[in-house]
Amino acid sequence: MYKKAFRAAFPHTVPVLTGYLFIGIAFGVMFQEKGYHFLWAVLMSILVYAGSGQYLAVQFFAPGVRFIDMIFMTFMVNVRHIFYGLSLLERFGRMGKKRLYMIFSLTDETYSLFFVTKVPKDVPEDKFLFAIAVLDQFYWVLGSAIGALAGAVLPFRAEGIDFAMTALFLVIFVEQWLAGGNRIPAVIGLVFAGVLRLVAGSDSFILPSMICIMICLIWGRRYIEQERREGEDDNAG
Amino acid sequence: MPVSAGRSFLIIVVVAAVTFFTRVIPFLIFPKGKEIPPKVLYLGKVLPPAIIGMLIIYCFRNVNFLAGSHGAAELIAAGVVVVLHIWKRNNLLSIGVGTVLYMWLVQAVF
Repeated sequence: MYKKAFRAAFPHTVPVLTGYLFIGIAFGVMFQEKGYHFLWAVLMSILVYAGSGQYLAVQFFAPGVRFIDMIFMTFMVNVRHIFYGLSLLERFGRMGKKRLYMIFSLTDETYSLFFVTKVPKDVPEDKFLFAIAVLDQFYWVLGSAIGALAGAVLPFRAEGIDFAMTALFLVIFVEQWLAGGNRIPAVIGLVFAGVLRLVAGSDSFILPSMICIMICLIWGRRYIEQERREGEDDNAG
Repeated sequence: MPVSAGRSFLIIVVVAAVTFFTRVIPFLIFPKGKEIPPKVLYLGKVLPPAIIGMLIIYCFRNVNFLAGSHGAAELIAAGVVVVLHIWKRNNLLSIGVGTVLYMWLVQAVF
């Protein structure tokens, strides 16, 4: 049954495969340059599993960095993840023993895939989601290992390949836009993050953005839910 | 290695714990079996599209639109991804073409 789930999940994860392999490689190269054996990079990608979080953490491996600063900086870089679980409370609640791993695996990309990918009718939802999560982390660990082992001698220039991740989010955004229904939340996310990026700067706009987005969604609930219903009626008709 | 193996391991554990903590918070607040308030269920439904929008901005956070090439490579590649996707609705095609185009733009053009 798992074989079938992995087979069904694989095509959906190919964009993440491209992106993770290469940002994983970039991480591996950076970490290895600090003088670490490649297994250290693998260990970190297995235990931590966070793109921007691990890029940041490479700087922690230097004398004199205080643990309290590491904790604070890591928290701030990952703060957006706090809100991801809110959309998955019920789905993960049905996943039994796999639940803990599913929570651990909630990266931007995996979360986004959960949200847009339709579970095939002949595969149980829990196994399908689990397959996506495991495949994504496998790409990440693999990329880290390659980067740490051979990054310096890779034969071609990969600069810009991380755009695959941006393209994935763009595609997901277009898909949800074309799906009809309510487009207000999508616009709220784009506009608030855009404006706050200009106001607060690239390092510190995510937390204020998330807070503004939440407030705005809660405030506009009556209006948004009404629109949702109308949107769903449109789909039905 | 700039710091000892023991400290290195401790750093990894700390970073892992903090990262996991950010992901597990909603599940701690609303544990399995506890009824989820309608407001939270509503947020769970409407947050993903808003977060995807935010993640797009997040990807472009370090692009400087006022200097250098004014983010031309990013804007062109993003435009191609969006138009191609509206036209063909093929995930891999949109992402593949957009990424290769972007790599060419940053490596050979700008």
